[in-house]
Amino acid sequence: MTVANLKSAQEMGLTDTEYSRIKKILGRSPNYTELGLFSAMWSEHCSYKSSRKWLSKLPTEAPWVICGPGENAGVVDIGDGLALVFKMESHNHPSYIEPYQGAATGVGGILRDIFTMGARPFASLNCLRFGHEDHPKTRYLLDGVVAGIGGYGNCMGIPTVGGECTFDARYDGNILVNAMSVGVAATDGIFYARATGVDSPVVYVGSKTGRDGIHGATMASASFDEDSQDKRPTVQVGDPFTEKRLLEACLELMSSDAITGIQDMGAAGLTSSAIEMASKGEGGIELDMDLVPSREEGMTPYELMLSESQERMLMVLQPGSEDQARRVFEKWELDFSIIGRVTDSDHIVLKTGGKVAASAPVQPLADGVSYDRPWVEPPMPPQLPALPASLPAPLETLSKMLGGKDLASRRWIWEQYDHSVMADTVTGPGSDAAVIRIHSTNKAIAVTADCTPRYCMAEPKLGGTQAVAECWRNLTCVGAQPLAITDCLNFGNPEKPEVMGQFIRAIEGMSEACSALNFPVVSGNVSFYNETEDSNIPPTPQIGGVGILEDIDLRCDLALTAQCNRLLLVGGAPKHLGQSLFARNIFDGDFGPPPQVDLSLEQKNGNFVRQLIKDQLVTACHDISDGGLLVTIADMCMAGNRGITLEGEETANWLFGEDQARYILATTEDAVGIISEKALRAEVNLAEIGRVGGTRLTLNSGDAIPINTLNELHTEWFPSYTNVS
Amino acid sequence: MKAAVIVFPGSNCDRDVASALRKYASAQVKMVWHGESALPEVDFIAIPGGFAYGDYLRAGAIAARSPVMESVLKKASAGIPILGICNGFQVLTECGLLPGTLLRNRDLKFVCKTVTLKVATSDSIFTRDFDRNNMVSMPIAHNDGNYYANPETLESLTSENRIAFHYCMKDGSVNDDKSPNGSQMSIAGILSKSRRVLGMMPHPERATDLEHGSTDGKAMFTALVNELA
Repeated sequence: MTVANLKSAQEMGLTDTEYSRIKKILGRSPNYTELGLFSAMWSEHCSYKSSRKWLSKLPTEAPWVICGPGENAGVVDIGDGLALVFKMESHNHPSYIEPYQGAATGVGGILRDIFTMGARPFASLNCLRFGHEDHPKTRYLLDGVVAGIGGYGNCMGIPTVGGECTFDARYDGNILVNAMSVGVAATDGIFYARATGVDSPVVYVGSKTGRDGIHGATMASASFDEDSQDKRPTVQVGDPFTEKRLLEACLELMSSDAITGIQDMGAAGLTSSAIEMASKGEGGIELDMDLVPSREEGMTPYELMLSESQERMLMVLQPGSEDQARRVFEKWELDFSIIGRVTDSDHIVLKTGGKVAASAPVQPLADGVSYDRPWVEPPMPPQLPALPASLPAPLETLSKMLGGKDLASRRWIWEQYDHSVMADTVTGPGSDAAVIRIHSTNKAIAVTADCTPRYCMAEPKLGGTQAVAECWRNLTCVGAQPLAITDCLNFGNPEKPEVMGQFIRAIEGMSEACSALNFPVVSGNVSFYNETEDSNIPPTPQIGGVGILEDIDLRCDLALTAQCNRLLLVGGAPKHLGQSLFARNIFDGDFGPPPQVDLSLEQKNGNFVRQLIKDQLVTACHDISDGGLLVTIADMCMAGNRGITLEGEETANWLFGEDQARYILATTEDAVGIISEKALRAEVNLAEIGRVGGTRLTLNSGDAIPINTLNELHTEWFPSYTNVS
Repeated sequence: MKAAVIVFPGSNCDRDVASALRKYASAQVKMVWHGESALPEVDFIAIPGGFAYGDYLRAGAIAARSPVMESVLKKASAGIPILGICNGFQVLTECGLLPGTLLRNRDLKFVCKTVTLKVATSDSIFTRDFDRNNMVSMPIAHNDGNYYANPETLESLTSENRIAFHYCMKDGSVNDDKSPNGSQMSIAGILSKSRRVLGMMPHPERATDLEHGSTDGKAMFTALVNELA
């Protein structure tokens, strides 16, 4: 085998020090294949080398957590012998280079993470951050990403039930595509990525390996430059039909006890799946490269190990169950090949033609490297200028906001996703959180994904706290008890101290919120190097949360029903305009500090609202977030096609402030008294702010707008934006 | 009643329709793998939605040539009722049990939403519990639901009263320009000459329970109980 040198190490993204360390570990110079293994495993993407020190500060435990970070996905107990398995992951770089396939394989990857653990996925979400709407690539990227997510998820038959999508020039050269998926499994049927049992067969199943996506993990660990389009061949091509068969075949075999360990081949393909499984099994693994199903003749061990071809799995079987397993995979017309065995050495050994092609100790490969990168305190945001003396009429501002890119209905996107397949979606996209029922129980699950990048940019710590709090609040709005989160931490280049500072502060903020709200992180992913030609994205710690409704009938949504006639505000009068969408509209930029998050107030108000929903005292509920109170109310009117007459104070601060921990509730006249008493007892700030009824949104001043008009302008932006040729 | 649900690789509404058949048609359901050469003794066959064979050729084209389809054709000629939903409808047109074809949606995009349908006939075992011109709501979710047939076929579908559902506006009017997928005559579902085979793009199995938001699809399953029990 060719001996590698420092130059090849640098080409694979390793530093001089890292290369010296590899030589020390091996006691010799690595060959090219071995260097490939180290390069992939020690990449930022696989080793979390810049983030690990800080990730350890996140709370990961609660009595209901079955499995925290470190596995394919996180697992929480939901009672009745069932568990939720969920995770969010980024596919940013590939989606920018080739939007359809990049986004599609992002969905494929996250779904595999879920069913690898023995769970059937039942809900997907995605969080998309595009560049400025007028940037020449934005339409193409939006169109391709949405079609790719739909193309993969729809074919798999797993509903896409929610997510986020925003436009901002700071993502012009680096869009974000984060995909989340949630599955359900039996608590005693969870599968882990562990290679145990010396001499147990190691089996490769799924698609054949091709020369696509070689060194994808390394690509995801570098910044973009003007030659990035040349990396198109490193983007994998998705085949959802194969993945659907892989899903069914795996779940079929998992109903027996044939599988002792399983890991999907995602980033860094066969390399990371083999090494991670061996590492967690505290043993070694030996693979015969000649037995790896390949799409092309003459693939080298290096290519076979580093390929990121999709829809593949590595399993360790109970000895003796090979034939049973083979029958299942052959029925589903998938490749099945016993390519190696578990060993009691501490090495990964690759063979070809009967000879050793590579051999390296498992633990140093799996442990990776860890850096304490230098960082600086993020600067404070520019001050919010004084508001102009004369402001446009509130309803004019509302119309402009609802009809603009920030708040326009995302219907155009989610109508391209099958959100009702599996026939369990109770509340689909467009709500605070989606609600999905769980078969054979009276329970339902709530899921949402949230982050407010402009807050994170202004004050990363507060932004991190707010993202977790908003996620918790959105689950509360539908009546769910929040359980746990997954995170997808999208940041710029960690070698830049200011980016590292953003990361550290955002984690700190998240950590405080997770602890205070008893809402641990059970899985996640870090995406660094979202940088193009020196320009870094705003910090975007995307939070995906799950919650449980013990009784599906005690749920709530934001639509005003015919039964309600009173409108209540929980949490006190809003007043904070810093970083608000209102201020963005007035000043054409983001100014001032974001709204403070008082975590004890969040908890008090949230628990109060959730209990009211359980007591069936509330007919509609929606939290105040982007755009403030007036937008919240307009959302509720549009969802239920009913009007509201506001009786509040109607200053810009009150109508458009984005203060946290606030909810709008709709209820009946009879219930107002009981709710007020309860609020008094709980020391929750409650105010009656309007009447529900009619067909218009009417302000105290008498100004009014028909709900139909609101609906029309709300749904206009996306179709007209995407229709321009 | 005994029902078979055909499962192709890539079917993904098989479990949904089986669950609706069990719950609302009190059926004993057998899932039948596409590779089977013979169907068991059944009173009813459902061909579910999904992406059989990934829809990698024309939607439904490969599935229509699966081994099991030969016995599906035999059962059809013996008068066993067959319901094809979404991809199942595409399979039924591809195997010739229903006329016409389903083209790519007019807007060239997958479309998933709840639509309003107008029942065009109650003269079939599937629609007997509806009245003609009833308006019902059900979700659609497809890429290729744009029904197309030659003028003679459309003429005979109309004259033989074989159009089961039209897409319609909330006020009941039928407007081809506003149908969700561009179907001719806003056709959402059609019957065979024998009236024992129904193909439809909307998903009645996703509109049976209160939690679905609409229960209008339930009547299509409960109708089978008296007819086939």
